[in-house]
Amino acid sequence: MTAGLELEALQVRQGDRLLVDLSVRIAPGEVLTIMGPSGTGKSTLLAAITGTLEPAFQMQGGIRLDGHDLGAVPTRARRIGILFQDALLFPHLSVAGNLGFALPARTPDRAARIATALEEAGLPGFGPRDPATLSGGERARVALMRTLLAEPKALLLDEPFSRLDAALREQIRSFVLETARQRGLPVILVTHDLADARAAAGGVLSPMGAKLSAV
Amino acid sequence: MSLNLRRISLLRLVPGVTIAALALPVAAGLWGTISPAMQPGAFRAVFDWPGLWPAARLSLVTGMGSTFAALLITLLVLAGLRGTKVYSALIRLISPLLAVPHAAAALGLAFLIAPSGGIARALSPWATGWQVPPDALILNDPAGLALTFGLMAKEVPFLLLMSLAALPQTDASRRITLAQTLGYSGAMGFALVVLPALYRQLRLPVYAVLAYAMTTVDMAQILGPTRPPTLSVQITQWMTAPDLTQRPLAAAAALIQLGLVLGALAVWRGGEATVARGLAALAMAGHRAAWLDRLVTPLAALLAGGIVAALIAGLAGLSLWSFAGLWQFPGALPDSLTAQVWMQAAPGLAEATLTTAALALVTAGLAVALTLGCLEAEHRFALPASRTRLILWLPLLVPQIAFLPGLHGLSLASGAGGIWAVLAAHLTFALPYAFLSLAPAWRAYDQRIAPLAASLGAGPARVFWTLRLPMLSRAVLTAGAVAFAVSVGQYLPTLLLGGGRIETLTTEAVALSSGGNRRLIGAYALLQMVLPALAFMLAMGGPALAFRNRRGMAA
Repeated sequence: MTAGLELEALQVRQGDRLLVDLSVRIAPGEVLTIMGPSGTGKSTLLAAITGTLEPAFQMQGGIRLDGHDLGAVPTRARRIGILFQDALLFPHLSVAGNLGFALPARTPDRAARIATALEEAGLPGFGPRDPATLSGGERARVALMRTLLAEPKALLLDEPFSRLDAALREQIRSFVLETARQRGLPVILVTHDLADARAAAGGVLSPMGAKLSAV
Repeated sequence: MSLNLRRISLLRLVPGVTIAALALPVAAGLWGTISPAMQPGAFRAVFDWPGLWPAARLSLVTGMGSTFAALLITLLVLAGLRGTKVYSALIRLISPLLAVPHAAAALGLAFLIAPSGGIARALSPWATGWQVPPDALILNDPAGLALTFGLMAKEVPFLLLMSLAALPQTDASRRITLAQTLGYSGAMGFALVVLPALYRQLRLPVYAVLAYAMTTVDMAQILGPTRPPTLSVQITQWMTAPDLTQRPLAAAAALIQLGLVLGALAVWRGGEATVARGLAALAMAGHRAAWLDRLVTPLAALLAGGIVAALIAGLAGLSLWSFAGLWQFPGALPDSLTAQVWMQAAPGLAEATLTTAALALVTAGLAVALTLGCLEAEHRFALPASRTRLILWLPLLVPQIAFLPGLHGLSLASGAGGIWAVLAAHLTFALPYAFLSLAPAWRAYDQRIAPLAASLGAGPARVFWTLRLPMLSRAVLTAGAVAFAVSVGQYLPTLLLGGGRIETLTTEAVALSSGGNRRLIGAYALLQMVLPALAFMLAMGGPALAFRNRRGMAA
């Protein structure tokens, strides 16, 4: 069994336009950065990996996670976590409710797990808070903890830092990347910010598989 | 897993069940109307009735006149008032005014314009010199002017609401700004660059208004002429006559009424084409009509303000009458207030309220459940949304008077009459409104939430119950309140399918309207308004209370 996330000759087309053409393996704890102007296949690639491609797209090739082919696996069973530009915290639930949503159903000591996660994120005691009252940085950290509590085996980052202002951005970026490294998660980071790519310290590819230099 | 599969297959059935609930009663009812009408002599008898042509003419004139006026006022408001304070005040009043049943609105207007009504009292005797009510046929006037005004007043809020939903899709603000930067007045810009796109979206609502206005029974019974009445009122009288031999006559007349509506729709359609050609020619001519705003804005404010004021004053008058002690003409206010009529009529009022509320609650529950099922099925199985649009409008486009007589005959023949038939008919009429009310919010729901939740391990059922439903609770409950209000307002289906034995606030209020007991009419009509108002308050207040600590859920 090969640990990590593997894209085997993965191609995604819309009509006759080829948007994604990648063959790459991301080992646990490693980050692959995907860069390219908007309108290229960055989001399409992530949708293919999470299994949420619109019917207008055709996919070929394989996606393997720790040796298992994900082709026929529904999104909810793929164990691929994703962070978006917006934290997308559920507005009707408390912070703890958002984290509880992600914890697998039969987890014991749910309250303790949630409290620990909040401490890890530097947000102790935030459980009962209304997500709408959190700062941008706090929201981003809750969103990461929510993703991690679902116990993913790989992490996708869809420009998750682009909405944060410069000072916060660096802090959240290192928090996310460091946490993912500690947990040994293979990570795909989609970005158009060179600083993101440098901080990720891994390979940089275009959605069409061209090697880019992050300098 | 097997349970899961079963659930999915059940959900797949919901759109079909919903389409059946919308289309079957209409189709079966039309069939049930056609067959007795084909009995020998049925049409002969209708054509022998000397009132046919006056009744048909009334139906055409009041229906087309009120629809045209309501559409014109709606467009004037959109063209002349958008962005003003008057406009935002009107927008806030749309929902409460829509929730008022047609019968209550008509009774309110009747109380207002009658010779002994609110307006005459406010002007007497100081301006008119009247010490007794004038002997004038203002209400139930033979030309149907009171009916036309009532229909128009009640349909403006509906057309405004439909326009509000359609406007964003026409990119109205930017188009008008663009026209204004080219030197056009706002109103001219609206007519030339927004109206053509807007009307495409408004067409079905306008047709529904036309079909309704030509065939309404409760409003025509309250405000319309009596000798002869409108054709639909006459058909209802034939239908409810103890003498069963008049049923074929009623069925044949119902088909004539349907033909009139189809003819009117065809004429209207022709008018649309003419107006469209005229607007296109006008756009080519390049008239900026800078003066138009100075005319349209005050005119729109005057007309819309007048309608709203008339509706509110009428409803306030109704409420006041139910508590009035001695109140002689020309006193503007009653001498004293008393709860006497409420006490005396309490048993009847309570029973009618219970029946009305129970029917409306079940109707709303079913309508919302089917709507949610359809929308969720559309989402999960990626069904196209467009194909349901026409079916949704079917019960609103085919006049009630054309298919309810047939449905009544069928329900009698099959023994499935009474409360169940009434409930099914209420559902048929409430479903389209519940769907129209909920679908935009449901479809606008953040597309990223479901994939995100799935990446956290949640299946579609969990996404539906724990995320989508609570996050959209306000929209869901509002759709329920809309269905509730529609059910409360139903007159003809309750009367016909209930065989006169199911007494709701609406059937009672309309039945009382021909008598002179204003206090009792006021009491029934007031309750008729209170029930939907309560439903809307719950729909707004419930989620507000449940999510009071969630700022992201604020409206």
